[in-house]
Amino acid sequence: MSRIGVFVCHCGENIARTVDCAKVAETLKDHPGVAHAEDYKYMCSDPGQALVKKAIEENNLTGVVIAACSPHMHEKTFRRAADQAGLNKFMCEMANIREHCSWIHEDKDEATAKAIDIGRTIIEKVKHNKPLEVIKIPVTKRAMVIGGGIAGIQAALDIADGGHEVVLIEKEASIGGHMSQLSETFPTLDCSQCILTPRMVEAYQHPNIKLHTWSEVEKVDGYIGNFEVTVRKKARSVNQDLCNGCGDCMAVCPSKKIPSEFDAGLSNRTAIYVPFPQAVPNQPVLDRPNCSLFKGRIKGLKKDACGKCKEACLKGAIDYDTEDEFITEEVGAIVVATGYELYDVGKDQPEGLKGYGEYGYGEDPDIIDGLQFERLASASGPTAGAIQRPSDGKEPKTVVFVHCVGSRDPDKGMAYCSKICCMYNAKHAMLYKHKVHDGRAVAFYMDIRANGKGYDEFSRRAIEEDHAEYVRGRVSRIFRDGDKLKVWGYDTLAGEQVVLDADMVVLATAIRPNDGVKELAQKLSCSVDTDGFINEAHPKLRPVETNTAGVFVAGACQAPRDIPDAVAMASATGAKVMALFSSDELEREPAVAVVNEQTCIGCMRCELVCPYGAIEQREICTVDGQVCGHTAYVNPGVCQGCGTCQAVCLSKSVELQTFTDEQIFSEINALCAWE
Amino acid sequence: MNSPRSETIERGAGGAPLSDADFEPRITAFVCNWCTYTGADLAGTSRLHMASNVRIIRLPCTGRIDPLFIVKAFERGADGVIVSGCHPADCHYTSGNYHARRRFAVFHDIMEFVGVDPRRMTFSWVSASEGAKWKDVVNEAVANVRELGPYEAYRALAPEAVEPWPQATDGLAAAGATATAGEEVAS
Repeated sequence: MSRIGVFVCHCGENIARTVDCAKVAETLKDHPGVAHAEDYKYMCSDPGQALVKKAIEENNLTGVVIAACSPHMHEKTFRRAADQAGLNKFMCEMANIREHCSWIHEDKDEATAKAIDIGRTIIEKVKHNKPLEVIKIPVTKRAMVIGGGIAGIQAALDIADGGHEVVLIEKEASIGGHMSQLSETFPTLDCSQCILTPRMVEAYQHPNIKLHTWSEVEKVDGYIGNFEVTVRKKARSVNQDLCNGCGDCMAVCPSKKIPSEFDAGLSNRTAIYVPFPQAVPNQPVLDRPNCSLFKGRIKGLKKDACGKCKEACLKGAIDYDTEDEFITEEVGAIVVATGYELYDVGKDQPEGLKGYGEYGYGEDPDIIDGLQFERLASASGPTAGAIQRPSDGKEPKTVVFVHCVGSRDPDKGMAYCSKICCMYNAKHAMLYKHKVHDGRAVAFYMDIRANGKGYDEFSRRAIEEDHAEYVRGRVSRIFRDGDKLKVWGYDTLAGEQVVLDADMVVLATAIRPNDGVKELAQKLSCSVDTDGFINEAHPKLRPVETNTAGVFVAGACQAPRDIPDAVAMASATGAKVMALFSSDELEREPAVAVVNEQTCIGCMRCELVCPYGAIEQREICTVDGQVCGHTAYVNPGVCQGCGTCQAVCLSKSVELQTFTDEQIFSEINALCAWE
Repeated sequence: MNSPRSETIERGAGGAPLSDADFEPRITAFVCNWCTYTGADLAGTSRLHMASNVRIIRLPCTGRIDPLFIVKAFERGADGVIVSGCHPADCHYTSGNYHARRRFAVFHDIMEFVGVDPRRMTFSWVSASEGAKWKDVVNEAVANVRELGPYEAYRALAPEAVEPWPQATDGLAAAGATATAGEEVAS
């Protein structure tokens, strides 16, 4: 017979304000099978947990129900306490009377009645819980980092320095990410490449880091500690073992008019190219869609239309016939650091976005975005750091900076704040004024959000020392008027319309998660939020973990991040991965499906629906070795415990431990007793 | 406890007619652990007030939901049911919600065929970030069922099948009751 202990938590006032906890405990005490019930102010505190442990020992409890917060919050805490008191930890369950009751209701009678119902439901479930043992699985002490921007590089270096092998995957030809494009960084104005490139080289030369550039993740199998990742190494057409990075191939390439991704379209590159001079590895790739040889091959020309780079290569490193290569990497943990892209706010928009056609971005060359301004201001950029407007190369005398283009605008853009724009606009205004002393920098802003160490001082400096003019208000329209760009805006502090004749306009466009993050998240079975950023497991307490165990997240693929944030997150993932690798075996919850071979009819419907391929068919043999039937078998190492197999099982022979039919029907039964 | 709801149960079980004013819908929600349960947590964290008529049963995934759970809920006295999980393509287990979606498309029609008003069953996708949507789903389901009135068809078939709770006296008796439930389900 069950001897259940019920512990009702007040959570200070959080539960007790709307739920009469004493009454809940008192009522549940009379529930069949309950041997002990009490309430306490803070059940998760040390004395609270001591109460639970004491009651388990004194009353010889067979199960425990903690009526408190969500199981996502404290289930682990109380299961640990139960374990310490000698009760199998899977005999402890949470009844969620805080998030699902006290916080969402006002009427005390109603909330108390509901809390009692919730308690009963879980008591009935616990009656049918079975003592289970955690599953132990081995750990492959090797990590994969997806994305070679500053976050990915930092995570890879931290893990590699900790003594574990790291596989770093980058989809572009070079690591470095957006940070390599930046001119100088706020709030110190130190040169971005000067601080980044040494780290890039360190990652490249680190004995523990295996780098795959021009590569993408194709498929992810397995689970925490034992992932098997298939990586597509895109055809580079350049043999990396032979290439010495001399650049002769680029000099002879006839396709020279391809907009450079690195210079944000402000300069051109060749079809065979190294993205930028400091690229790591400093070896070119052949951009096949833009190469005249491959264009010819697609058209079906019998003879190759070009071949100059191959002729020019003295090392014989170029091979036009290489194909995408698939390699498999076995790793125990994965860090996702795929970064961001800027919201392209032009008139033409995909996937139902509205864009900002009224700002003329993409139509007028002098209306640029933040990354393009970075390239203009960068010493390695197309103008070697001179501020020149893209249309005619003249030095702009009036530059207008528009904040929040697409950010904080739920109607047309993104509802969230892109976080870094206030700071980089201040930086841009400063850089511009440092280079064009008689120029005028005007910034239209909504609010100045400078919430970092030295950030507010920095943005004040832009206004007070470098005399950037800050106008609080929005811009309604930007259009060409002869040699000038007319900017129509509104100053909400002065309450008047502002019309400016600008030479160049810089739009601080919103940060969005990188293209393809959603697909990657699907491969990793982790979720993305409504904006497409990868969801963290808990916004405060587990900010670098995802809902998939063993998959971590760093940098701007989780939310808009500046460099210090991205690096801090990356190091945090490093610590998480190191902690995971500190033991040889992992413990996993035994929430896995188990087949009853006595009743299984071997129809294998379960195999069809299993998302993980965890189910296989097994033969049943008679004593003399004759095959007499088939049953399903669930591999507990692969099963993730979704229970889809159980719902389709015709003979009710497969059962998901911790969510058995018996448990759920008992919960439903308990609900008929609503008072 | 002598809340209006307990009276409803008693009178409902006795087959006495109910007036609209007395009726408090009883709704059972089957939700997945990763999206809707977490979304409901978020609704709590955000202090979004909503109707208190819904009782949540947590499952790992909507794919785990056997349509018999819903039948059972109606049998045991629920006036309405909510099934909610991750949005298509967002399933924590990759594809459990697709199986659920197909299953409920069929189940929904069957229930309608046997005479259960489809408005008693709410199917929705509520992600972990949609606390506000969960509130709307709950309030809408409660309003719909309130309008439809109590679900008594099952009771009318076999009024003795529903035993009020206090009849069971200890854990063994309750477990026995479940075994009976299991048989009913199997038949």
